Amino acid sequence: MKVLIAVKHAIDYNVKPNIHTETGQVELAQVKKAINPFDEISLEEAVRLKERGQVSEIIAVSIGGAEAKDSLRHAYALGADRALLIETDAQLQPLAVAKLLKAIVAREQPQLIFLGKQAVGEDYGQTGQMLAALLGVGVGTFASTIQLNDDHVVVTREVDKGTQTLSVKLPAVVTSDLRLNEPRFIKLPNLMMAKKKAIETIAVSELDVDLVPRFSVISSREPQQKPGAIQLANVQELVAKLRQAEVLQ
Amino acid sequence: MSVLVLAEREGKQLKPSTYQAVTAAAAWQLPIDLLVYGDDVEAVAAEAKQLAGVCRVLTAQAGHLLHPLVEDVQELVLSIAKQYTHILSAHSVLGKSVVPGIAARLDIAPITDVIEIKAPSTYVRPGYAGNILSTIKNHEPVQIITVRATAFRASNRGGDAEIFTIDVPPAREISQWISEQLTHSERPELNSARVVIAGGRSLGEEFNALLDPIAVQLDAAIGATRACVDAGFAANDLQVGQTGTIIAPELYIAVGISGAMQHLAGIKDSKIIVAINHDPDAPIFKHADYGLVADLFTVLPELNSALQQS
Ligand SMILES: Cc1cc2nc3c(=O)[nH]c(=O)nc-3n(C[C@H](O)[C@H](O)[C@H](O)COP(=O)(O)OP(=O)(O)OC[C@H]3O[C@@H](n4cnc5c(N)ncnc54)[C@H](O)[C@@H]3O)c2cc1C
Repeated sequence: MKVLIAVKHAIDYNVKPNIHTETGQVELAQVKKAINPFDEISLEEAVRLKERGQVSEIIAVSIGGAEAKDSLRHAYALGADRALLIETDAQLQPLAVAKLLKAIVAREQPQLIFLGKQAVGEDYGQTGQMLAALLGVGVGTFASTIQLNDDHVVVTREVDKGTQTLSVKLPAVVTSDLRLNEPRFIKLPNLMMAKKKAIETIAVSELDVDLVPRFSVISSREPQQKPGAIQLANVQELVAKLRQAEVLQ
Repeated sequence: MSVLVLAEREGKQLKPSTYQAVTAAAAWQLPIDLLVYGDDVEAVAAEAKQLAGVCRVLTAQAGHLLHPLVEDVQELVLSIAKQYTHILSAHSVLGKSVVPGIAARLDIAPITDVIEIKAPSTYVRPGYAGNILSTIKNHEPVQIITVRATAFRASNRGGDAEIFTIDVPPAREISQWISEQLTHSERPELNSARVVIAGGRSLGEEFNALLDPIAVQLDAAIGATRACVDAGFAANDLQVGQTGTIIAPELYIAVGISGAMQHLAGIKDSKIIVAINHDPDAPIFKHADYGLVADLFTVLPELNSALQQS
């Protein structure tokens, strides 16, 4: 069984981006980037399925500029068998990404397609659900456990007050939550080997997808910051403050 | 032009987030229809018709909507979507799962996790783990959005909308509900509690023993950091933050929490933040209103008795 993993070369999750003073837009040019952590989790899950003999091939696909090859190398180091880059410098929005991925699914015919539940950065959290809808297949969002069977996947997902378990017919889209697994540590030799592996690049023009942005980010700002905590000496002072603020009944 | 709001229910009641979603939708100043669905919607419809600002309640009743599946809710909404220029849902687990697919099937880009509707197609939404608020102009002919419920006040009752029954498309049968493991807690719900007290991994095995009695006295919900949940000290659904529940209580008390960016993303909209941490340089203090530099293992029992006495 083939598995497809969408990999985003995203802003590093530890980085807090700045806003350009003149343009009022988030500055991304010099920002450190890495594989989106949720995609790393998807890869780990696929590798585990392969180790159990349930999966034959793991294909990682990324969309973006040449820099996205870094994240695809990371995917190789984690255990992907093949990496594809849909190379474009265009501004990408989730609907266009979903359409590009749909074209790759048509080409590769995977039975299971993993996306992260969101990508670090814009945090849109839409692409997996849109891809499933465009493909007309089922989706298990926010997966914290999966169990793969011949013609369906059982997905346990995090809901408001606990978990819910669904069975979704294959082919299916799964969006990974943080608790799905803890990705293994990459060994240096694997990383070295990954550097030598080929990444197939595909031009957007081959896929016939309209990338025209549907919305524009007019401006960005930082949320209002608190001035910093007033330090209290003891519990009595704390209770007094809370009483003053009328948050205690 | 009119708006379709997707309601959500829990048993025979509307979820609080539906009340907040209706308030958000009112910003468009257009007639609002509220879609209520389930296996037995009579009681929920009777509640829904009282929501101020709702013109019509559309009820969709079918056995397979008992545990609504993404594909079935999408099919239901798509069966009536053409009548609407605006579709809105809370950014809940169900809303997040369902709405992007509805939009994609209509070839429309959705805008998710909106915290403010500034103009008919201009929205504010957070990104970058809550570190950035972006104003977005959506160029689409149909506006499809999900809203962060806690950013909007609940709409009042006092309305008297008409109830219409709509046809339910057959089940897609692509996926199947198997089971649910819900935690039953005496505490109020995290995303609607007035007071939340949360602990980090440093509480260890004593997480519940230390926090429970205080939470009871404050009628507070209990939250936890990811590190605490991952260590197994607290249940998964208590996680607060970017990838957990996003909260906006009147009072948030962070106990032994360092204040990582991903945690802060979930608490920024709390009115008053109190931080208790033995490290005076813990980042949480920069984001708190009141700080207490102390050992939590002595402070929590003290706080418990101070509250008992007053
Ligand atoms: C993609 C991604 C998403 C994430 N999403 C979330 C999320 O949704 N929510 C979330 O919380 N985290 C999330 N995280 C994890 C986050 O980065 C932090 O690791 C986590 O919040 C830290 O939890 P903590 O404060 O309990 O632990 P630590 O960072 O280890 O902090 C422990 C704190 O306890 C204090 N302390 C220790 N002992 C005592 C004592 N005796 N008395 C008083 N204070 C004491 C210490 O001074 C320290 O400040 C995410 C991470 C990633 C990568």
